[in-house]
Amino acid sequence: MSQEWQFIAIFIVLSPIFPAAPVILNHLLGPRKPNPIKQQTYECGIETVGDSWVQFKVQYYIYALVFVIFDIEAVFLFPIASAYDQLGLFAIIETVIFVVLLAMGLAYAWGRGALEWI
Amino acid sequence: MSFNIVEFLKSLVGLNVSEYLKTVVGDQAWVNFVSDVLGVVIISTFCLLIVIFLIWLERKVIARMQDRIGPNRVGGRYGLLQTVADVIKLLIKEDITPAGADKVAYWLAPFLTVIAALLIWAVMPFAPGVIGVDLDIGVFYVLAISSASVVALLLAGWGSNNKYALLGAFRSVAQLVSYEVPMILALLVPILLARSMSTVDIVRAQTVPFIFVVPLAAVIFLISALAETGRTPFDLLEAESEIVSGFHVEYGGMKFGMFFLAEFVNTLFMSGFFATMFLGGYRFFGLENLVVGGDWAIGRLLSLVVFFVKMFAVYFVFIWIRGTWPRVRVDQILNFNWKFLVPLSLALILTIAVLDKVIPADAGIYARSSILLLANLLLAMIAIEIMRTVARRKRKGSSVDAVLDVNEVEHHTHDAHHEVAAAH
Repeated sequence: MSQEWQFIAIFIVLSPIFPAAPVILNHLLGPRKPNPIKQQTYECGIETVGDSWVQFKVQYYIYALVFVIFDIEAVFLFPIASAYDQLGLFAIIETVIFVVLLAMGLAYAWGRGALEWI
Repeated sequence: MSFNIVEFLKSLVGLNVSEYLKTVVGDQAWVNFVSDVLGVVIISTFCLLIVIFLIWLERKVIARMQDRIGPNRVGGRYGLLQTVADVIKLLIKEDITPAGADKVAYWLAPFLTVIAALLIWAVMPFAPGVIGVDLDIGVFYVLAISSASVVALLLAGWGSNNKYALLGAFRSVAQLVSYEVPMILALLVPILLARSMSTVDIVRAQTVPFIFVVPLAAVIFLISALAETGRTPFDLLEAESEIVSGFHVEYGGMKFGMFFLAEFVNTLFMSGFFATMFLGGYRFFGLENLVVGGDWAIGRLLSLVVFFVKMFAVYFVFIWIRGTWPRVRVDQILNFNWKFLVPLSLALILTIAVLDKVIPADAGIYARSSILLLANLLLAMIAIEIMRTVARRKRKGSSVDAVLDVNEVEHHTHDAHHEVAAAH
């Protein structure tokens, strides 16, 4: 078990090297002559008006909320799927009820118009 | 210590590197450590180098589909060195940080996306024994790590101090987060059939490749994989024509290259993962068990070839889709996901789960597979029929939509034209 995760740990420690090497090489090889015009943000030739960190649509937030519900559902469904042989009839009915409840949640969000892109 | 080239080659063919290492470094803990480091370096270098080939392949194939020739100058008639030249060009570009950028987020993003793209390869089974590590929660690990790239995109968009970049980041987060749901649910189906989350176990369970057992799950996974990697027709997180490349518009030089690289590595991973989960991975009619001359496990090498053929076949389908389909709108993308794919995949997982218990355990594997296949096709037909009915009702609802719809029959459109003209 720990032997398996040792590989992942080594991978996580070593993996920053692979993107870092080309970026550092780029930093060393490329010219460096910064000037204000060059560093302006690229917005189709017009200077940036106002703050770039604008408020975003509330719709994104609602999608994120619905996503969180289904993501947590998936966390519960993964062990059920991989240990499906050991489940009795009762457990399976329970799982079905669990999934149906979530589907009803989706139907509720749908009915309330949370899934409409305004 | 004597070095025997024949023994060394044999250990490579048999892929028994660990025994060879033991004669070099001795201690078992060190053997594990060295072989892990070697594995990491091999997997990562493979990913980084294959991208050079992938970009060339994509440009060449897309060019042919669009009736062009594609790269044909650098590196001979087929432009084989075009990408190498591009990489060198990227390397000698100036490293610009835009004014007012959030430096930490701006610099962290390209690293994070490449790290996430590389880490998921740890559980990809290339051939029997040729795998980074066979985690018992392999599929779950892939999903967990790959969602980290969403954070990287948001960091890039937020850190760039650019409205287009931020818009692109928002879009991409909404899209990636939404399509993760059908992807997870579609991946539950092979897990359920194989009774394991380990990628190796799932490959072993595919005596009949899962695409012939649960084609609907395969299609749902393919669609959400397209959306997760941000490829056409779901490429509106980049959308060159609307938001000038979206989240990475402010990146230049190799930092831009890193986003590009991560995208290609991710796409190849999704092709390989599709091959693993639904096409039987490295298996091809028992070829992987072929042993020649006593202990030369030639089947292992051949199964590596089989896996690559399958992976690149799926990759070709990805390029093909990119060459043929236009981009869809953001509301269409999200509606299609939440109102069609998610309910469908929920229905699919319930159907498979119930059928799996209902079919008697002593039924043969082929009988079992055919019943599941029939259930899949039935479900797909019902879903498509519902979608057609809803679409038809929607078209009837407003005549202006009927004008815009190219599928409508000729006289129908004429009527709609008259109606619009009358309204004016």
